[in-house]
Amino acid sequence: MNREEMLGVIIEMLGGIAPEADASTLDPKADIRESLDIDSLDFLNFVIALHERLRIDIPEVDYPRLFTLDGAVDYLLQKAPPRK
Amino acid sequence: MAEFRMPSLGADMVAGTLVEWLRRPGDRVRRGDIVAVVETQKGAIEIEIFQDGVIERFLVDVGATVPVGTPLALIAGAVAPAAPAPPPVRPEAVVQAPAPPRMPLPGPGAGRPLASPAARRMAEQFGVDLRALRGSGPGSAIVSADVEGAAKAPRRFDPAEMRRAIGAAMARSKREIPHYYLSTTIDITATQQWMEARNAERPPPQRLLLAAPLLKAVAIALRGSRELNGYYTERGFEPSPAIHLGVAIAIRGGGLMAPAIHDVNNLGIDELMAKLRDLGMRARSGGLRSSELSDSTITVTSLGERGSEAVFGIIYPPQVALVGLGKPTERPAVLDGKVVPRRTIVATLSADHRVSDGHRGAIFLSEMDRLLQAPEQL
Repeated sequence: MNREEMLGVIIEMLGGIAPEADASTLDPKADIRESLDIDSLDFLNFVIALHERLRIDIPEVDYPRLFTLDGAVDYLLQKAPPRK
Repeated sequence: MAEFRMPSLGADMVAGTLVEWLRRPGDRVRRGDIVAVVETQKGAIEIEIFQDGVIERFLVDVGATVPVGTPLALIAGAVAPAAPAPPPVRPEAVVQAPAPPRMPLPGPGAGRPLASPAARRMAEQFGVDLRALRGSGPGSAIVSADVEGAAKAPRRFDPAEMRRAIGAAMARSKREIPHYYLSTTIDITATQQWMEARNAERPPPQRLLLAAPLLKAVAIALRGSRELNGYYTERGFEPSPAIHLGVAIAIRGGGLMAPAIHDVNNLGIDELMAKLRDLGMRARSGGLRSSELSDSTITVTSLGERGSEAVFGIIYPPQVALVGLGKPTERPAVLDGKVVPRRTIVATLSADHRVSDGHRGAIFLSEMDRLLQAPEQL
């Protein structure tokens, strides 16, 4: 998966959490919790969605790395199992 | 023969619009079955029936807006409803409450078009504004076919309508309820550490949020404080044996609602967390049930991680108390004569002086504190 594909997955998952917002127009360096007004319950649902879609473990201590789109892409690419 | 009536889904509801019957005359229904969908200023709500029997006939057509308490259908073979979920508000009381400044009824219809749940879901999926559509269904309700092919437009809750409803309920609360307020800082370091250790061993779907142990502590502490849990009606205070926590959930774009999690004192912590997640999803996407909006026995408002330090809430009538939980924060605390950083939360209580005094409230808050020092026992 390349950066663009990973970004696409993240935006799709965010769409399920905050359907009324357009995640594709977000500033990649902005805190998504602020820009999408998502609370800790939404954020947990976002992590669950990523966990189920990408089949990777996301420990709670790593949550801060998912706070921006850029950070989330970096983190998830590094965690995602390499392509066969 | 019994009547199935338009329920009151809270002190702020005056009327509702029947959007859809989910059962037909002749159908056998059981207590708790969802039989109709009603549109209110809180969105489309699934309405449960409170008696067993057979639907004899419908008394109200789809599309009609009727006041709370209006019979919607006749149910044959039904014994008069055995204790329908505690009637929190006598509908008459709401209607007759001295109307403060005249304002448009916070009923549905003004801004929310009639639409079937399927049409609503589809509209949400495609970002279609239902208000821009002309319905072709019964009572000019919008059905799926109307949404298909409709132009793209941002979907919006009607924040103005919800704001009016909140305003009416809160104005009534401030008029009628002599509030008193208490505040205490609770050390949640133990709870936080217990939760983090537990979450580290579990995949995301099984992890807890701090809200789960906090809600559980509220529910258990309420067992010993019956003056805080129940309803105040014209007959005076009626304590509730069950503990149904209304959980305030903010709606993005403005507004809030406080659907109930039932019998929280009897739920395991994982079960409670699952219910909280489910409720959060449904509060925002529609699909709340009538009992969830009408039978909370106390409300908890939690500001979450990006909130303020403390919140002093306004009681939601006919309830008699509200617990406010501020943002979890590292604060200096004195432990064994030394100043150390501890994770803390400010818990507040707003309660009704017609029913309890500060002494009782203080006992409740210290009981919460005590419980949160041994989170593994929650």
